[in-house]
Parts: sequence; structure tokens; C-alpha cells
Amino acid sequence: MSGVVMTKMPAQKVAPKIEVRERHEPPAQKETGKVKVAVRNLDFFYGRSQALHNISIEIPERIVMAFIGPSGCGKSTFLRTLNRMNDVIPATRVEGEVLIDDHNVYATGTDVVELRRKVGMVFQKSNPFPKSIFENVAYGLRINRLTKSYSELEERVEEALRDAALWNEVKDRLKTSALSLSGGQQQRLCIARALAIRPEVLLMDEPASALDPIATSKIEELVFDLKKQYTIVIVTHNMQQAARVSDTTAFFLLGKLIEVNSTEKMFTAPNEKLTEDYITGRFG
Amino acid sequence: MSATSPDRTVFPAKHSDWRRVLSPTGNTGDAIFRALMFLVGLFVVSVVIAMLIALASDSMLSIREFGFHFLISRQWNPIKGEFGALPFIYGTIVSSLIALLISVPFSLGIAVFLVEQAPHYIARPVGFLVELLAAIPSVVYGLWGIFVLAPFLRSYVEPPLAKAFGKLPLFQGSITGIGLLTRGIILAIMITPIISAVGRDVLAAVPGSQREAALALGATKWEMIRVVLVNGAPGIAGAVILGLGRALGETMAVTMVIGNRPEISASLFEPSYTIASAIANEFTEATQDLYLSALVELGLILFLVTFIVNAIARLLVWNVTRKTGGVGRAA
Amino acid sequence: MAVTRPVDRMRRVTSAIMTTLTGLCTLVAIGILLIILSYIAYRGISSLSFRFLVDSPRPVGEGGGIGNAILGSVVLLALSSAFGLPLGISVGIYLSEIGKGRFADAIRFLVDTLTGIPSIVTGVFVYAILVLPMRHFSAFAGGVSLALIMIPIVARTTEEMLKLVPHSLREGALALGAPQWRVILGVVLPAAASGIATGAMLAIARVSGETAPLLFTAFGSRFFSYYLDRPISSLTVQIYNYAISPYDEWHAQAWAATLVLMTLILGINIIVRFLTRKRF
Repeated sequence: MSGVVMTKMPAQKVAPKIEVRERHEPPAQKETGKVKVAVRNLDFFYGRSQALHNISIEIPERIVMAFIGPSGCGKSTFLRTLNRMNDVIPATRVEGEVLIDDHNVYATGTDVVELRRKVGMVFQKSNPFPKSIFENVAYGLRINRLTKSYSELEERVEEALRDAALWNEVKDRLKTSALSLSGGQQQRLCIARALAIRPEVLLMDEPASALDPIATSKIEELVFDLKKQYTIVIVTHNMQQAARVSDTTAFFLLGKLIEVNSTEKMFTAPNEKLTEDYITGRFG
Repeated sequence: MSATSPDRTVFPAKHSDWRRVLSPTGNTGDAIFRALMFLVGLFVVSVVIAMLIALASDSMLSIREFGFHFLISRQWNPIKGEFGALPFIYGTIVSSLIALLISVPFSLGIAVFLVEQAPHYIARPVGFLVELLAAIPSVVYGLWGIFVLAPFLRSYVEPPLAKAFGKLPLFQGSITGIGLLTRGIILAIMITPIISAVGRDVLAAVPGSQREAALALGATKWEMIRVVLVNGAPGIAGAVILGLGRALGETMAVTMVIGNRPEISASLFEPSYTIASAIANEFTEATQDLYLSALVELGLILFLVTFIVNAIARLLVWNVTRKTGGVGRAA
Repeated sequence: MAVTRPVDRMRRVTSAIMTTLTGLCTLVAIGILLIILSYIAYRGISSLSFRFLVDSPRPVGEGGGIGNAILGSVVLLALSSAFGLPLGISVGIYLSEIGKGRFADAIRFLVDTLTGIPSIVTGVFVYAILVLPMRHFSAFAGGVSLALIMIPIVARTTEEMLKLVPHSLREGALALGAPQWRVILGVVLPAAASGIATGAMLAIARVSGETAPLLFTAFGSRFFSYYLDRPISSLTVQIYNYAISPYDEWHAQAWAATLVLMTLILGINIIVRFLTRKRF
């Protein structure tokens, strides 16, 4: 059990079923198995210490990929490299490539604002703005000037809230403060906020870890629904959740990518011994 | 020895008298110490109350003579014995407002820069320098105001302003370099450090998750800063009000930079008094009792107004910074 | 990534402009500071001399100095510190260690608002309770008024410093059976001593620049004075008197006196800053 073998090929054998939703045009191509995000030899440094070592992975579109691993293994850090959120932390350095639709997002001259429109993020602890529910969801639409009229704005807000399975609960109080919602509702609000600008990829960093089981299952249902339209990457420390929700799973350990496999295979017959040890609870 | 029964304490209290009343431990030293400290706390309360009483009683003469009319009368005539506070109230409010108008955008800009943009190794020394502005005594600002700022404004700023906007009552009158505009600018400089310092605390207390939420939705840096400002709005309001409180009570600098006419004028160039400068200028020359009493009444008004303004400000700021454990500034 | 829309270019430009503006604001503030300080140095240096620092004022044309003013300021600061520091520190100890609950909250609130009372109002108050009954101005009254200004400032910084002392220190001493007052005086206070000292220094620097309350308590004098119940001169009042006089010579002396005062104040601030930086 010495050394770790990096798997370079994702589980392309899994072909997700596509159901085209009536409400709006699905973003990119309809081919199955097309690679949405490709990471090549990514190294990441916090100052002098290296947090991610030579990560290479391909994420096909419109699937749900789960990142699992013990705490501190780098899965959240890696997630944040995909939309360059680590840029806000001083003294960080990235080497390697992150390609989204074949464009390297770390190339000089990349419009980071545009990147973050395409790649949305939901955080571990819900962070709604101290504004009304409506204004929260409308925020991304407003600043990116994505709508041309107020009625169009209202339509998009409603659509996003429906997609996040929150509309029925808040439709009568859109102008009340977002902070008056429960924890689970706030998180779904943050999801609606992210969905409103129609990203192509949705990154979720342990979205349900701060929620009770009922709220958690609602979020999981939501993820399952959303994958028909979006490519979703979800970081979770809860293996059962990964097994329930994802098509593909990637296992991280100490800043390295140990294995990527279809979820089914990962949890029944993983390729790597380390993976097996983690899954069976030998460590972590 | 028999076994201890359940209702007999193993460590009986040393004393059960006045010492127990003062301190839970019953220890003599503790009791005395706590009593002393309590007295000290009481001292603070009594100072405030004493101030109120002393000011009120010494202005009784004037209150009885003029009543409410004091606040709305424009006559301030020591010779005739007629005193009205309106020119001073007007002067105080207007100079403070001008100071706020100039200072608030500046102070917020500084606070935003130091918290959101400057790297750590720049923010600390630069923040220190800005706070040094607060260490300069009022009388020094006054000195600088008379001999540097006023001539400068007189030569280079007020003539062009008068030429450009002369039609407006705001810019009429003789140009002496002394007057509301000069005072407003000096006041603005003096209150900037406190607004920016408290503003910094407020902005730093906004959780990082708010910034990340905005950025993740594709916000530019400035758009993200606006989200932070919205979060910090109540605290910033408190900071501004603190600055207002400081401006209202400012004495030496404004006294030195005014002219000596207790009049009301709409022009920025004309001189006028504030409450504090009126007291400073005339207190030692007030020979009649009524004169003195009127001045003390002015002091009472100032005391009450600044007390209320500061109370509101502290409440606003406390609420915001208490969450992060910031204790606020002893400014 | 994809083609940048014109709207997005506008947003980026706006962001760049605003962030530059904030930097400019900061530069302007620092610029003003440097302008004021350098002007003081420039005007003040020419009148500085040993005689200036030692003599008392003379009529126009005969030179003279601020010796009595310096002495006066020292006396007033010593007086106010003698009252203000122990009381202020005690209030700080009360707020941090002893006071709990609503009463302490009220005290803290009052202390905070006291810091905002204009110093001239304090001066009027002390005039009413000391100068009037005594029928003359005095250094004592001046010291009291300065002490009243000092106390809230010192109280708050003391409280902050005491709160920084880790609880484990207190608990360790208490667990050994020490009574609370011993713990506070013998363990907590020494631990916070340097912080409290720097707070005191800052309060002294602040109070040394006060003028308004002294105008009708200590009043000012042209002579050297050693008596606490007589008026006494001070740097700030002297600067004020010289500044509003019509004589150029006295204006020059005002600048020189300002230079002396600013050296003291800046000196204290920089030393304090240096000391506190080491701790972090």
C-alpha cells in the first residue's frame, strides 16, 4: 500500500439521463459525457505550504460529482479554485490549469466576474444579505444587468425560487427580511440566489452541514432535481449523503486526489486501498 | 466525629454579617474592596447628576427671565440685558452640518480603503497616521486655521467660488477668509479621524461570508464593498453621529476662526458664532448675573444636546461591534 | 473567458474609479496631517531658544518666553493625573472585574457618554462648583476639570486592557484560595499593567492639549506660580492668547509654543504605538 496512483480518467461510462425542462433553454450542448470542467496538474499554495498536489480531474456536464475526504484534506480549497474564490485570500498561489469549456480560468486577462457568473457557489453556512427575500435573489440579476425590465426581474426571481423549492413558502412575503427565514430556508434562498443568474456549474460547499435532517433531505432532493440542468459539484463530509446524491465521487486525502469513480463503484468496490479504508471507516 | 449530615456545610462561611452582604465570599478584604469599587461606580453617576444640577441651577436666573423665548430669540445684547440663543444654535448646527458634509464621504473612503483594499502592512501604519489627526489639539487647529487655511481660502478658493456661484445667497458677502466655510473645513478635518476609526471597526466587523456571497455572484470589488456598507449601515450611522457630537462641542478651533458678530447669515463667507465659542469668548467678561446665567444656560443646552447625540451614537455602534467583541473607542 | 459585454466593462471601470478614490481620500488625509505638522515645525523653529523655554512672558518687543506656561502645564497635568488616574483606573476595574448586570451597564454607558461631553461644558461645571465658591481662579480648579476629562478615557482603556487578561489567570489564583481583591490587585492588574500604562499616557497626551476648560478655571497668568489656589499659566492657554493677539512677535511665539506642545503629544503617541506594536 505504498504510493498513490492518480486516476486520470473519470467515470465516463456513466451516462446521465437528460430530461429537458420546459421552462428555459438548457445552457450548453445536449451531448452526454461532454467535459465541462477539466483540471490539469493543479498545485495550490497558502503562502509557503502546499495545500493541493498535482490534481487532475475531468468533470462531465450535468452530473453531480461529490468530493469526499476527511476534514482538512483540501476538498473545499479545491472547490474554491474552480471559481477563483481563493483569490480573495492573500498570499495564495495557483499553478496548473483549470479549464471550463476549454478556457483556462487562470490565464491572464480572464474576466473573473464573467467566470463567477458561469460558476455559481453555495456556501456551508447560509449567508443571505441583510435585505428582503426578493432583493437577495434579485441581487445577481441586478448587478450583472441580466434583465431589461422590472417585470422580467420578477419573473426570473420567481423562477429561481421555484427551482430552489422555496417559492410556495415565501411567495406571500417576498419583501420581508431574508433573515427572518429558518436556517434551511435561508440556505435554499442562497441556492435560489445562485440559480437566478443561470450559472452553468453549481459548486456547493457542504451545503447541508449546518442544517437539521429534514432541511438536509430537502436540499438533497433539490440537488437531485437540479442536476437535470446544471453541472453540480458538491463537497460533503457525509459519505451517506454522497452516496445518496451523486453520480460520481472523488476522494481526496492530504491535498491529493486519490480516486475518482462512479458513486456506485466507489462505495462497493473502490479501486484504491486508501479509498476502501476511508469508506469503511478505518480512518477519518 | 460523626459523619457529616447532608444539610451541614463542610466549609462554613467565615462571617455572616455585613461582609456577606457586600461580597459572596464573606471575606473582609473582598467586602471592603467591592464597597470601594461600588462607590467609585456611584461616583460616575454622581458626576453626571452633579453636572446637570449645577448647570441647571446656575442658569435658573436666565431660564426664569426668558423662558422658552431664549431658544428662538435673535437678540444677544449684553448691554441691554437681552439674550437669545438662536444665532448660536444656528451657527453650531450649520458649522457641524457643513463639517459632516465634507467629512463623511472622506472618512468613509478612508475606512473602506483601510479595511477592504489596503494590505495589512499598509493599513496599520496608515491607520495610525489618520488617527494622529485626532491627537492634534483644538487650539493648534485654530492657530493653523487663522494663519494658514483662512488666508489660503481667501486668496485661492473664495474668489473663484464667489465668481462662479455669486448669485446664490450661500456665497455672498465680504471675503475675509474667516467664516463658516473655513470653520466647516477645520471641523471636518477634526472629526474625520473619529468617523473613520469607528467606521473601520464597523466594517471590519462585517463577516467575511457576506463578501464571499457577493463575489460568488459575480460582483466587482466596488459592488462587493457596497454590500459591506449595507451590512455596516447602522454602525456607520453611529460613527457619523459620534462625529456630529464632536463637532457640536468643538470650541477652540472654531472660536479662533470666526468673526465676532453674533448674527445669522445664509452666506458661507460671513462670520458667525457657535454656542461653544460664545461661552469661551464671553465667559470671563460676564459681569452681570443675568449675563453669566445666560451663558451657563447655553452650556446647559450644549450639555444636553451632546449627551443625547452621543447616547444615540454609542447605542448604534455598540450593537454592531459587540458581536465581534470590539469594545468601542475611548475617543 | 467569453467576450466582455460593454456593461461589464462599465462595471469594472466604475469599480476601479471608486477604489482609486478611496485611496485618494486616505492620501489627502495623510497629506493634511503632514502639511500641518511640517508647518508647525517650520514656523516654530525660528523662535525656539533656550531663553524662550525658560522665561516668562514679557510685553511686546521684549522677547520673553513660555517657561511659566510649561511649568503650569506640568503642574496641571500632575494634578489632574493625581486625581484622574486612580479614579479612572478604579472605574475601569469596577467595570471589568466587579460590576455585573444592569447597574454596571448603566455605568459603562454613562462613562461612554461622558467622553463625549464638550470640555468647555466641563469647564463651566467646575467654574460653578469650585471657582465661584472660592471666588478666584485656581490651578486646583484647572486640575479638577482636566481630571474630569481624563477619567472616562482612562476608565475605558483600563477596562479594555483588563478584559484582555485571560480568565485562566484569574481562575488559577482563585483556585489557590486567594480572595478576589487579592487576585485583582496582585495578579490581574500587574498582568494588564503595561496596557493600562499606555492608556494613561494617551489620556495625558489628550488632556495636555485641552484649552477650553482652563479658560475659566486655571485662567492663565504671566508669572511663575507655585500655588495651587492661584491662577496658573498653561501652554495651551498661552498659545491661544498669543494667537488671537494682534502682534506678529507673539504669533511667532505661539508657533514656537505649539512646536513644544506637539513634540510632547506626538512623542507620547509614537512611544505608545511603538510599545503596543511589540505586543502584537
